[in-house]
Amino acid sequence: MAGGAANGSDGGKAERFKELALPHLDAIYTLARYLLRSTSDADDAVQECYLRAFCHFDSFRGGPIKPWLLAILRNVCHASYAGNARLVYAADTGSELDNSQAKPIWREDSETPEQTVLRRHESETMRRLIGELPTEFREVIVLREINDLSYRDIATVIAAPIGTVMSRLARGRKMLRDAWIAAEGGGSP
Amino acid sequence: MNCEEASILLHALIDGELDAGHARDVEAHIATCPNCAAQLREFQEFRNAMTPARLLHTAPMSLRSRIEGKLPARRAAGSNRRSVIKGFAVGATASALAASGLLVMVMRTDDERRILGEVVSAHLRSLQAQHLTDVPSSDQHMVKPWFNGRLDVAPPVIDLTAQGFTLLGGRLDYVDAKPVAAIVYRRRVHVINLFCAPAPGSSKRKSAMESLHGFNVRSWTENGLNLWAVSDINADELTEFGEKFEAALRQ
Repeated sequence: MAGGAANGSDGGKAERFKELALPHLDAIYTLARYLLRSTSDADDAVQECYLRAFCHFDSFRGGPIKPWLLAILRNVCHASYAGNARLVYAADTGSELDNSQAKPIWREDSETPEQTVLRRHESETMRRLIGELPTEFREVIVLREINDLSYRDIATVIAAPIGTVMSRLARGRKMLRDAWIAAEGGGSP
Repeated sequence: MNCEEASILLHALIDGELDAGHARDVEAHIATCPNCAAQLREFQEFRNAMTPARLLHTAPMSLRSRIEGKLPARRAAGSNRRSVIKGFAVGATASALAASGLLVMVMRTDDERRILGEVVSAHLRSLQAQHLTDVPSSDQHMVKPWFNGRLDVAPPVIDLTAQGFTLLGGRLDYVDAKPVAAIVYRRRVHVINLFCAPAPGSSKRKSAMESLHGFNVRSWTENGLNLWAVSDINADELTEFGEKFEAALRQ
């Protein structure tokens, strides 16, 4: 049914696709940045993801589109880049233009400049530590903690049972928390 | 339940992913096991220390344009109108919202299209560092008076924090070469700009949802004001924002 309507109007299909898919660009880009070595690889993967998604838009069965897009992005990342290198996180370097964009554009209520600096430092550390997790844990952490997906949606994205999602998330959080305590030197005994 | 099972399930408990039965089982175990109870507390604290908004990466505008450039462009109005009608006739998967959005796009005059573009550009400009607010405050009684003397109208500044949209402040902006009020809200990690300009001649117009460059725009006219809400949140959430704002305005 949907295919019949789409045949006659590529423009209409494109509009519908853009309306549904583009609002998730930051979520898709975020996963790409955490999975890939460089920002330009991430750019290319995200673009490839959107073009593939558009090609297969007719087969999209409705429901939430975000997990569907993230699954495509993940496949692109694994297929194109796993061959030449392990998926490595691209840490922000001070010179990158992107650094200024990564900063949040609002300040938390009643936050002093000192607190803002401290929180920024903490966020940079957290980004780096997430990036250093092995891929299979890194992706579930990003999908859950940053992209705010349900377990069911994460299972869709990584094409694994929910039980696997749960055990990876538990191990991933433990690794991340241990690394965080080691890096920041604070926390519990 | 043993500790090994609990050490996995306590994460599902933190995430609100357990059904009532399993949640009770985990809680029962934790009540008798200080070790697992400590783990639950530690991971909850750790979770609270993570601020997703600061860990998100924002896609560069150049990437957004690149993707849009690779997708087929909209056709001329004539064929588009036919395709909309065809879409209704065959009951295509496009939601009623998307279809009515298309219809609006077809009917829209060039002038409205240009203003839509300007509103989205103003939203984009506001997302650059240091451009979001002239008066950063979550207190509506601070933001509203700030516009006095800067505009011909008193824009409605409404705190919607309780409804899930945090007021971030206000800003003076320009649309169609005229000064307008921009009232800035936050929904999770997303910014919503609400632009207000005087609407001479028309007092009320029903809301329309449109999208441009991946941003959704809800526009309507009320109390002699033209209002545009712009954001990258999805159309449903932006509709929710608009409806809550309208409801609060009527109170």
